[in-house]
This record gives sequence, C-alpha cells and structure tokens, in this order.
Amino acid sequence: MGVDSRRIEEAVFRALMLVSLSLVLGCLVLILVVIFAKGLPSLNLGMLIQIPKGGYYLGKEGGILNAILGSVYLAVAATLVAFCLALPVALYINIYTRRESLLAQLVRFSMDILWGIPSIVYGAFGFIVMIALGLRASLGAAIIAVSLFELPIMVRAMDEVLRLVPRDIEEAAYSLGATRLETAFRVVVRQALPGLLTAVLVAFGRGIGDTAAVLFTAGFTDRIPTSLSQPAATLPLAIFFQLGTPFPEVQGRAYASAAVLTCIVLAVSLLSRCFAGRYARHAVR
Amino acid sequence: MNRSHLQLRNLNVFYGERQVLRDVSLDIPDHQITAVIGPSGCGKTTLLRSLNRLLETGDGARVTGQILVDGEDIYAPRSEVTHIRRKMGLLSQKPQVLPMSIYENVAFGPRIHGQRRRKALDRIVEHYLRLAGLWDEVYDRLSSAASSLSIGQQQRLCLARGLAVEPEIILGDEPTSALDPMASQHVERRLCELKKDYTIVIVTHILRQARRIADHVVFLYLGEVIEEGPMREVFASPRHDLTRRYMQGEIS
Repeated sequence: MGVDSRRIEEAVFRALMLVSLSLVLGCLVLILVVIFAKGLPSLNLGMLIQIPKGGYYLGKEGGILNAILGSVYLAVAATLVAFCLALPVALYINIYTRRESLLAQLVRFSMDILWGIPSIVYGAFGFIVMIALGLRASLGAAIIAVSLFELPIMVRAMDEVLRLVPRDIEEAAYSLGATRLETAFRVVVRQALPGLLTAVLVAFGRGIGDTAAVLFTAGFTDRIPTSLSQPAATLPLAIFFQLGTPFPEVQGRAYASAAVLTCIVLAVSLLSRCFAGRYARHAVR
Repeated sequence: MNRSHLQLRNLNVFYGERQVLRDVSLDIPDHQITAVIGPSGCGKTTLLRSLNRLLETGDGARVTGQILVDGEDIYAPRSEVTHIRRKMGLLSQKPQVLPMSIYENVAFGPRIHGQRRRKALDRIVEHYLRLAGLWDEVYDRLSSAASSLSIGQQQRLCLARGLAVEPEIILGDEPTSALDPMASQHVERRLCELKKDYTIVIVTHILRQARRIADHVVFLYLGEVIEEGPMREVFASPRHDLTRRYMQGEIS
C-alpha cells in the first residue's frame, strides 16, 4: 500500500508540474502567435527603414525606424549605466564583505524592494530628476530613468550568480597572494561570467520593453535622436500610440512593432548566449 | 637549535564565544615535513588557515598571539596580507583549480605579482609543472580547461600553482583526502622531494600518512597542543596518555 500511494503521489505531482509548465509555455506561444499573426501582414521593409511621415498615425506612409533606434539607443545605454553600477555593488557584497553580513543583507533587502516598485514610479522619479537637472524630456533623461529601473534587477540577478561561486575558488586565489580586486575580476567574474551575462540580459529585456519609465522622460518624436538632449521615441510607446488609434491598419502596425521588439530581444539573447558559451568553457563545475 | 622561520607564539583563535585554538606555541622545523594530527574538530584546519591569514576572509574569526615568519609577526597591523600569503602555498582538501586553462592556473600567481613577459611565464609554467610531476601528462594541452583534469592531476596542478609564486612554506590541508590511493602516493612522493627546498606543514587525519612522510609531529586535541616532537619519538613512545590513546584509535 505504501508503495502504491507513493507512486500515485509522484504521478499527481508530476502531472501538476506538467500542467504549470504547459500553461506557461502556452501563454508564451499564444502571445507570440497573436503578435506575429496580427503584425506580420502589416510588416514591410518600409516600416523598418523609414521614419514616420506626416499622418503616419492616421494610416499614411512612413515607418518606425525612429522608435526602433530610439529603443536600441535607450536600452543599450541604460543597460551599460546600470551595469557599471550593479557589478561593483554585487561584487562588493559578495567579496569585500562577508556574504551574509548585515550590509549585504541590507543591500539585498533594498534591492528587493526597489525591484518591486512599479516602473511608472521610476518614470515619475526620473521626471523629477530631469526637472531638477533642468533637462527636458530627452534620450538622456530616459536613460537615467530606465537605468535606475534596471539596476535592482541586475544587482539581484548578479548577486544570486556570485553567491553560487564556491568560496574555495576565492580562497585559492587569496592563498596565491591575490588581492580582493584581482580575485574579483580575474577569478570570480570569470567563473560567473555566463550567469552575469544572463543578469545583464534580463535587465536589458526589461529595460527595452518597459513603457512607463519612459512615458514622461523620453518624450516622443518622429525624428531619430542625434544627441542625449533630444527627445526619443521608443518601441513600447510606439506600440501604445498605434494601438490607441481607431484605424485597423495602424493597429496592425502596432503588432508589427511588437514583433520587431520581440525579435530584438530574441536576437540579443541568442547572441549573448553564444558569446557566454565561448567563455564558459574554463568554468569550474 | 636555529630559529625556525615559522614560529607560533601563544596563538588563540575564537569564533565568536567559542575558542578553537588555545595558547598554541610551536617552532615549525625548517626543511622538514611537519604533520598536524588529531581527531576531527580539534582545530587542525583552523591552525593551518591561521598561518596564511585565510581565517579572516571567512566568518569573523578572532586571533590573538603571534605567528612569526622569519621573525616578523604576520598579524601585526602593518603587515601586508598578500605578501604573507605569497610566502605560503596552500593545498586544500579538495583541489580547487581556478576557472581558466592549465597554463593560466600556474601563470596566475606570477602574473599578479608582476611577471608579464610571455617567455618567462612559459619557463615558469614548465618548471613548476615538472616540479609537481604533471608536465609529462599535460604539456600538449596546456590551453585546455584545468577542470578537465582528473582530480589527482588537479591536486598536482594546485601544487604547481602554489609553488609558482615561490613560497618558502607549503601548507597542506589533508591534501590527499579527496584522492585515490595512487594519486595520493604521487602527491606524498612530491612532498617528500620538495622538503629539501621548502618547509612543509600538513594536516592529516591519516596516521599512517603522518608516519610515512612526516619528520615532525604535532598532536592537537580540543584546540591544544598535547604533544609535539620528532615523528619517530612521538610514534614510538608517546609521552602523553591522550596521544597514545589517539594512536591506538581510542579517541577519534
């Protein structure tokens, strides 16, 4: 009897897990199907290489190159800024202090809170900073807002990865006379590189897809920004505005824009995975 | 007797309230293998880790007393920890290679200490891999990952890596406990060959190993040095009752 009940238990939980898994995968597939089914018919080369001409949002000629480039500029720059802040924080709480020290716990706790704050708040905060700095809605202001929004995501993801690096590896480096800095950058980062890259990617994905943080800060324009002080269009906002029109063909373009955004995220993920794989071959298992 | 270049004076180590080492004073003989023996939890590893100040990287241990290397107190506020660690190569229980190639593992130490010339590094890598008895097995795949080596080879790689920073002292924390008998023998033989140039301290819980390779034995029990002396004397006629009982397997 005992054996039977255990087998049933096993089967039931296995089934439950498969149900969850298929739900999650199902949602993903459904989203992709909707985006591509509705978007592909409206997608054409002109859309990718032109900026909006007059009346684009009323269904006339033009494209979304301004939003594509705006999003790429914004997300790349914001991710870079966030990276430059997140890596030192994550390394500090894992290498320079004890991993479970009060400071490290405090940092983790505050990052968790920051993570939970809705991006519209970052948008509002970025807006205030922008005003205080005397800026107008611009690419630069949006970069500030989005990098702040990405920061906690990146720190926590990096922290989780760095915590998995065996203490023994660190000690091996110390016992050779390495300083903490040498240990951090030449040994620990190397060991954790694939995971760190994933952390950057996750943050990049959130950053490029976020709408609310850029709502007040980026401005919106039909032109391609050529400096940080100019306003910039982004894909999420382009999607938002296009979906909001009453014209079916413009709504179709919104889905096409969503497809473009999805493809960018996908391409960046794939590329960096190949990249990480090449550097991971020396990692100690 | 000459002043040995590794001396411990009234060393106490605390983890919070718990005292792990009590008033340890030792002169580690130069160019010999000193084996620290004793039951698990007696502070052997703590003793070893206090020697190169690895204790302080971990979990808030507090150290009082002195450890003198060439007469210099390594716990003095002015002493440079990277410099101290450089004087001592550490072999850990489980070989821990760095996440890089075989070549880079050995070159890591010399590199961080300022050796940048490729030719010199090539020579160093070859020299120490030979010294650790690994060269013949790896010379044709120096650029492959160190983690691709067998565990016994990894331990010898760690030995080569440790030697490459030109330490004076080699510390071994049960350096053969993760290895199979053949690989252990290999490492033991290396240590015996190396003692003419280095002062070696190993921690071991294998009495036969201490008997095979040690010249000097320190018996540690509950954080205190119960007995120390030349290996033959200690093994043949232990002065202390606890030592005898430990050797007969009554305490473990």
